[in-house]
Amino acid sequence: MVVNCEHVWQEVSNYLDGEVDPELRAAMEAHFKECKHCTAVLDGTRNVVRLYGDERMFELPAGFSHRLQRRLAQQSSLSGFQNIRALWIMAVAVVALVVGGVALGNIVFRQPETKSPLAQTPHGIPPNLIVYVSDDSRVFHAPGCKYLHKHDDEPPKQMTASEAMKEGYVPCVRCLRQYLRAEVECPRPFSASHQLARQRSNVSAPPGL
Amino acid sequence: MGSLPQKMSIQVKSADPTEMREQELIRRVQAGEKQFFYELVKPYERRIYSAAFAILRNEAEAEDAAQEAVLKALTHIQQFRADARFSTWLTQIAVNEALMKRRKAHAEIMEPIGEREEDDGTYTPRDFADWREIPSEVLERKEIRQKLADALSALAEKYRKVFVLRDIQHLSIEETAEALGISRASVKTRLLRARLMLRDLLAPGLGGAFFSRLPFEKGTKPW
Repeated sequence: MVVNCEHVWQEVSNYLDGEVDPELRAAMEAHFKECKHCTAVLDGTRNVVRLYGDERMFELPAGFSHRLQRRLAQQSSLSGFQNIRALWIMAVAVVALVVGGVALGNIVFRQPETKSPLAQTPHGIPPNLIVYVSDDSRVFHAPGCKYLHKHDDEPPKQMTASEAMKEGYVPCVRCLRQYLRAEVECPRPFSASHQLARQRSNVSAPPGL
Repeated sequence: MGSLPQKMSIQVKSADPTEMREQELIRRVQAGEKQFFYELVKPYERRIYSAAFAILRNEAEAEDAAQEAVLKALTHIQQFRADARFSTWLTQIAVNEALMKRRKAHAEIMEPIGEREEDDGTYTPRDFADWREIPSEVLERKEIRQKLADALSALAEKYRKVFVLRDIQHLSIEETAEALGISRASVKTRLLRARLMLRDLLAPGLGGAFFSRLPFEKGTKPW
């Protein structure tokens, strides 16, 4: 087998790495004995491989290991801090979610007010006072009240005032008026003439008169 | 962010104590004992630094790239597969990190040698009648090392990557191919190119013109 210069140049790297078959290796070695140019190429390439492969080519800068360890330590502590911060954020988010959920639930599922804010609390009614209630009303009445709903098939139920209040009944403002406090006054709409009079009294005299 | 090696299938051939120790360290770090990570990377400090320096040519930048590569390896340690070689994985991250840093810095103001060359094209080495071997002893001098790094940096990225992994990191052809995601044939071809181009750049001798502007300048390639 005979090889020319161009063939040698294409295989010189494989030759150095031991990646050519024995026949080609023998042919190349024979060629190197005859060709100074190819020998120079081989030696120069080998020189390159040796120089760059030398450990002295790339020396670690002084303090490299120390700085690397310090950077790793910083990264670890930062990672730990980030984990703690993430846990805190998660905890706050859970609390906010629960509080928000409860608030939302109150808004959505809240029962409408059945009692007017102007309604009077029946503090003055004797607890043992005998009262009557009917099934179709949430009001309890004193005996004989004409506003007690009566049914032929079902007579009104008798109980004490305290029992009636426990069951959610409210006192009749007519028959039990004497027991109710008059602390809260119902706002009464002004009459048209009253409003007109107020407006007139508020008008000031024009300047200079 | 430089891409991480996704697939590694290089088998660990032997079960020597060093490799067993390394596998144990990897397992512990992956289990959350990150304090052992430095012990794991310590044997490869020089390797990752040299890979970064070969690409960046600057000590400070190379150290920064090497540190970033180590931190990135720690962050993605769960992605490392047990049947891969840790050194190769780590080196590849360092190479990617350095290349990314180099691209960001727009360091190349001149066209790298061989950028337009095709892998399967022929390459004619220059004929230097006065070629002399460069002795290894000159590597003791920092300015010489810098000039060698400059010459390496003048190569196109695809050649430089193969050369760094193969001739500086001493990876096998298979490992280099695996790390770069290219065929064995491409590794051989690019390695041939890289070696011959460096040989041409260094051939006039370290006191000669290899580091002068002429061989690097766009449009004035002698081959």
